[in-house]
Amino acid sequence: MSVTRQVRSDHQLARLLQIGMVLEEVVEARAYKHAQELDDEELDADVRALLEHAAEESADHRGRLEALVAELDAESIPFDQIEGLVEAQYGQTKPEDFDGVLYDQLCNEETAYKFYDDLIDAIEASDAQFGIERERLVATLRAIREEEADGVEEVTRLMEDRE
Amino acid sequence: MNTADQYLKAIYLIQEQENGPAATGRLADALDVSPASANEMIGKLEGRGLADHEKYKGVSLTDEGIVRARDALRTYCIIERFLVEVLDVEEFRTEARQLESVIDDTVADRLDTIIDRESECPDCFDPEADVCTLLEAEYPLADSEPAD
Repeated sequence: MSVTRQVRSDHQLARLLQIGMVLEEVVEARAYKHAQELDDEELDADVRALLEHAAEESADHRGRLEALVAELDAESIPFDQIEGLVEAQYGQTKPEDFDGVLYDQLCNEETAYKFYDDLIDAIEASDAQFGIERERLVATLRAIREEEADGVEEVTRLMEDRE
Repeated sequence: MNTADQYLKAIYLIQEQENGPAATGRLADALDVSPASANEMIGKLEGRGLADHEKYKGVSLTDEGIVRARDALRTYCIIERFLVEVLDVEEFRTEARQLESVIDDTVADRLDTIIDRESECPDCFDPEADVCTLLEAEYPLADSEPAD
């Protein structure tokens, strides 16, 4: 057990990036499902646009993380199986109403932000040499984190507009 | 999981095994920190009303500390199960120990939406073996994995 928040090896870094990929898959799948399941009466144009943008952005983030993992010496993860799991479990955890959809989206964006924030801290706290240039790694993660922060702001604004 | 929560979890598990207070030395060994670091954090936990420390006996969690420790243990169970169930990680015990300091409980809650976790969690956790007993039954320890 290590109480120090540090990423110590390529293997550990790859595993954390893979966890990020799964989180992005969760965001993408849930945003897509929410947009699909609610009709136009329940979902106004702004919220539909937000969900579609969130799904697209998460797919893009996942691609950027995947490109980083590909540069590390790491075993691949069973991504087809993960898509199936996310899909299968969605029915049990989906929000019950429109407010729940926005809250779920807020939770997705905040969770992703927190994950990247902790990951960047843990990389910066480490003096390990990674198989990826550290500056580029951190710059990519920071850019993704900023997009998650923008997402939190956007959902919060929509929630406030509804009050 | 932040450092304080890792301490609370470790104290809780030692208390479960000892059926009494956790000795500072044993806590320091479990967390791979110096006794001085352990003492410093115990002082902080006492200050927050999460633990009581008695000289020559050791540290015990307060009721609030137990609640926080059980939440931390639940987060740990989620990480273990996520690694093996979703990412197919054979050495999930070792990797969970390496990753727990970087995975926050809000992140673990999200990972929890795609795993099948039993309702008895975290009572399923075996403090002696340092692993969820349900996972242990489903995925017995491979010969190659160090038990540390």
